[in-house]
Amino acid sequence: MSKKKGFAEQVASTQIWKSIFRHGPPTNARNRAAVVAGNVFLHLHPIKLKKSGVQLGYTWCMGGLSFFVFLSLAVTGVLLMFYYRPTAEYAFNDIIALKEHVPLGIMRELHRWGAHAMVITVWLHMFRVFMTGSYKPPREFNWGVGVILLVLTLLLSFTGYLLPWDQLAIWAIAVGSNMAKATPFLGHGGPGAVLAKIGDFIMVSDRNDVRFQLLGGRFVGEPALLRFYILHCVFIPLVVGVLIAVHFWRVRKDGGISAPL
Amino acid sequence: MADEKRLSLNRREFFGHLAVGWSLFAAATGGLLALVFRFTFPNVNFEPTMSFTAGLPSDYEKGVDERWKNAYGVWIVKHEGILFALSNICTHLGCVPNWLPGEQKFKCPCHGSGYYVTGVNYEGPAPRPLERFKIVLNSEGKIFVDKTKIYRAEKGEWNNSDSFITV
Repeated sequence: MSKKKGFAEQVASTQIWKSIFRHGPPTNARNRAAVVAGNVFLHLHPIKLKKSGVQLGYTWCMGGLSFFVFLSLAVTGVLLMFYYRPTAEYAFNDIIALKEHVPLGIMRELHRWGAHAMVITVWLHMFRVFMTGSYKPPREFNWGVGVILLVLTLLLSFTGYLLPWDQLAIWAIAVGSNMAKATPFLGHGGPGAVLAKIGDFIMVSDRNDVRFQLLGGRFVGEPALLRFYILHCVFIPLVVGVLIAVHFWRVRKDGGISAPL
Repeated sequence: MADEKRLSLNRREFFGHLAVGWSLFAAATGGLLALVFRFTFPNVNFEPTMSFTAGLPSDYEKGVDERWKNAYGVWIVKHEGILFALSNICTHLGCVPNWLPGEQKFKCPCHGSGYYVTGVNYEGPAPRPLERFKIVLNSEGKIFVDKTKIYRAEKGEWNNSDSFITV
């Protein structure tokens, strides 16, 4: 009455397999759609793509590469956190140790190269989206999300810049954080700060302005190292992760990847 | 039926309650966010104090004295009959210049700004002279430097009597 099942069929008919994979093999259009829609990771993607919309010459795959690089940065970053201590006493030596005392001494370089690569791929992705007019309605909201993601990518680079705690890092952040000093009304060197004065008392000074908030002090010291470490490893990646999910979801909801007309 | 207890709200009362409820919620949320914002400003930090006593004027030779540079970011300079406290923050982008005794100038390693011994810029990208701090003699005749009070040359503030000590 019944033919003996092959091994693959036997596995596919177990309760374990069926509890994980709800649908049959994606061999027809219905199952393919069900597989994508029923998977938490894949469902952020469009169920159907135009064949012309995924041409490499059209998309450059730069959005996908940006995401791939982001994932590899998350993995290498977590590995680096096993050895790196964000204190003035240890930070620089731990960076050296990551190269000298640890197998696979290029882990830190992988993270650094990945950071450079992500800035490049994100810029190229933005360039591609602009040149193909993919920012136009109905995708204008997702363009806005993308611009925020670009800024966050640059902020990840900026905050990571301080962590090696060498001369380059400290002075680069000293120079960079002086931009915060020039914020109108909120920075003590910016326009409007002079106006916020009561008699001889200056309300916006280097002890309470937005630069002080960023650095946790009047200059780039140990509090700044700790703050940048938290921003770099926890705060900004979390925000980026959420916005990436929104970004992918809106690609799907706004009509899929834009295709040549 | 005046004594019968009414169980339902009318439309006006409902919106009145709603307004009070949402206002309280918004106020609580705003208050909490304000506290979180304040949380990011520490009440105590372990940086050098903004003012310090720097010994007697006679302790200083003519020229640039670097003894307070690392601790407080200040050069005490004795030049042409006056003593003044010069900030060691470059006015270009905020690095720390070095005093080069051989060339008698302050030179910033970041982008090459150069300043005369007076703190006036003359080369590189620096847009204005180094800042000077309030410097006075206290009741014991010792030098007292107050970094919270800044004097800028471009505003003509170096003529202020608190920006230098005549020696």
